[in-house]
Amino acid sequence: MPPQTLYEKIWDAHVVHEEPGQPSLLYIDRHLIHEGTSPQAFTGLKAAGRAVRRPDLTFAVMDHSVPTKNRHLPILDDTARLQFEALARNCRETGVRLFDMHSRNQGIVHIIGPELGITQPGQTIVCGDSHTSTHGAFGTLAFGIGTSEVEHVLATQCLVQFKSKTLLVRVEGKRPQGVTAKDVILAIIGKIGVAGGAGHVLEYAGATIRALSMEGRMTVCNMSIEAGARAGMVAPDETTFAYLEGRPFVPRGKDFQVAVDYWKSLAADPGAKYDRVVELRADALAPMVTWGTNPGMVTDVTGAVPDPNSFSDPVDRQAAARALEYMGLKPGTKLVDIPLDRVFIGSCTNSRIEDLRAAARVVAGKKVAKSLKQALVVPGSRVVKAQAEKEGLDKVFTAAGFEWRDAGCSMCIGMNDDVLPAGERCASTSNRNFEGRQGKGGRTHLVSPIMAAAAALEGHFVDIRRWDVDGAE
Amino acid sequence: MHPFTKHAGVVAALDRVNVDTDQMIPKQFCKLLTREGYGRLLFYDWRYLDGEKPNPDFPLNRPRYRGASVLLTRANFACGSSREHAVWGVLDYGFRVVIAPSFGDIFYNNCFKNGVLPVALADAEVDELFRRAEREGYRLSVDLEKQTVADDGGLRFEFQIDPARKESLLKGLDEIGLSLQHANEITAYEKKRQPRAEMHDPAGVDLTAATPR
Ligand code: SF4
Repeated sequence: MPPQTLYEKIWDAHVVHEEPGQPSLLYIDRHLIHEGTSPQAFTGLKAAGRAVRRPDLTFAVMDHSVPTKNRHLPILDDTARLQFEALARNCRETGVRLFDMHSRNQGIVHIIGPELGITQPGQTIVCGDSHTSTHGAFGTLAFGIGTSEVEHVLATQCLVQFKSKTLLVRVEGKRPQGVTAKDVILAIIGKIGVAGGAGHVLEYAGATIRALSMEGRMTVCNMSIEAGARAGMVAPDETTFAYLEGRPFVPRGKDFQVAVDYWKSLAADPGAKYDRVVELRADALAPMVTWGTNPGMVTDVTGAVPDPNSFSDPVDRQAAARALEYMGLKPGTKLVDIPLDRVFIGSCTNSRIEDLRAAARVVAGKKVAKSLKQALVVPGSRVVKAQAEKEGLDKVFTAAGFEWRDAGCSMCIGMNDDVLPAGERCASTSNRNFEGRQGKGGRTHLVSPIMAAAAALEGHFVDIRRWDVDGAE
Repeated sequence: MHPFTKHAGVVAALDRVNVDTDQMIPKQFCKLLTREGYGRLLFYDWRYLDGEKPNPDFPLNRPRYRGASVLLTRANFACGSSREHAVWGVLDYGFRVVIAPSFGDIFYNNCFKNGVLPVALADAEVDELFRRAEREGYRLSVDLEKQTVADDGGLRFEFQIDPARKESLLKGLDEIGLSLQHANEITAYEKKRQPRAEMHDPAGVDLTAATPR
């Protein structure tokens, strides 16, 4: 057999049925669902008189619309309440495990999967959410699907899939202090573009990726979809195994050793061929800040807002001009001179414990700028929240003037009360700066947790390489 | 699912690149429980001023595009969020065909589950269509069987589509039903690989009381 990539190995291990010229029927090991994209799938299933084939491989959580404060109070948003009730009812009727908003393990679906060890190397994982690519950090083939496909997986535990092309993204060199995993992935998207990964599954490799913690790798894989890729993945290694050992859904003892032996076999064979290869040096990177309305509109913090006329392609020129108008920015404005209204530290990209530790180190003993209207820290899960509180991070944040909230998607998407008001500008650790994403008319700049923390203190972006911060993930 | 064979209709041109699904159906409408009624919500923030008054600056609101059923747009259309609501909106608005140089991957998949035909053409071809669509009442005929897009002014472009996708759209196949025909193979696969969701520490995991452990 010719040498295989990680993607090809996982693909081959999951083919249930294939015919020449037809897409394959692929087995799905873990199906994650949430309140937002599942109700119509359950309705369709019921209408067709079909059952959930493997409730034991399906995991449900409430995350997108959950309130991040006063969760004990009744939900006033009727549409959200009906969605929560529908999810609870559907899980009850079909025997699917549910982490509801009062569970100690509740959190953003892509945070709790890895945290509970539901996510493991070599699996196929799907979820009706595009940031399912996060789980690829474990050497897992994980991607987002639509609601019709959610229904398909519920009914069959399989998906009809076309094989993707492979793109190797090799990142070499030591990250400078103040340059995080978030900056690495923003730089990759800036380089290949928001459609640069279209039709491909990305595999991240190289010394820089190997040196990242699991949390940093998740940040990178999370934003694969922002490069238009179907999925992103990192081959599992000792860092992966150490992270997983002892987590609730991970095999124990002898079974763990058996699993690790299998996981070790997943890395690409020497000489494996990729359809494309992209290379990047991490030692040349600076902290990144987006200036526009998609994640590819990004530059490093020492830069300035570009002039739309500097784009050669007329379509890009028009898009940049539109973005600047929406963002309320003038060409040539230095990024460090852009004043902020709010700061949001959270989302499935950057709300894990290491993110909060790194941000807390920046803010410790300091105060949020008076000019800021709000600085929000929303842990990705209740387990992260409890751990942070054990370490006293909540006190560090609140003493500096941040609000400390309960776990959920929050101002990443603004489906609950945490909405960015029109015309206001936010430094956000999330993954999408689309028009209206955080709130209609809201202006989002994507940054790392330490950049967000520093920006909260100063009221604008800063070159955090000059600060003596521990450049954790 | 509705089959798709041929379609002819007025073209509406939306000259924007990288349109994301957050623009197509904003998040507040992703809390609904049904698949219907998203046409009114399509491109909500672009399309309406306060009080749902049509925004005259938004291309799709031009009177000449009333009744349009072919959407012409730019590269990487419908990227971003996986929300199928975006396709439900496109369909319910009245579009049966979307033409662009490229599409967001998940949206492209979702189209085929809903009887919407996404047509990918080369950049230069899309440019030409944009030029022609400046003419009021510009219409295109799309033939899936022949894989062609044509107008009455002699333009005729061929497009590529995977044969399996083509067939499922032509016949309006029930994909779940088809997959279930392989139930025996699925069972055999499960016996062989035994994908189990292990849980070694149920006491430490806090599930909703109603769920079985
Ligand atoms: S945190 Fe944001 S990106 Fe992540 S799952 Fe929630 S809404 Fe989606």
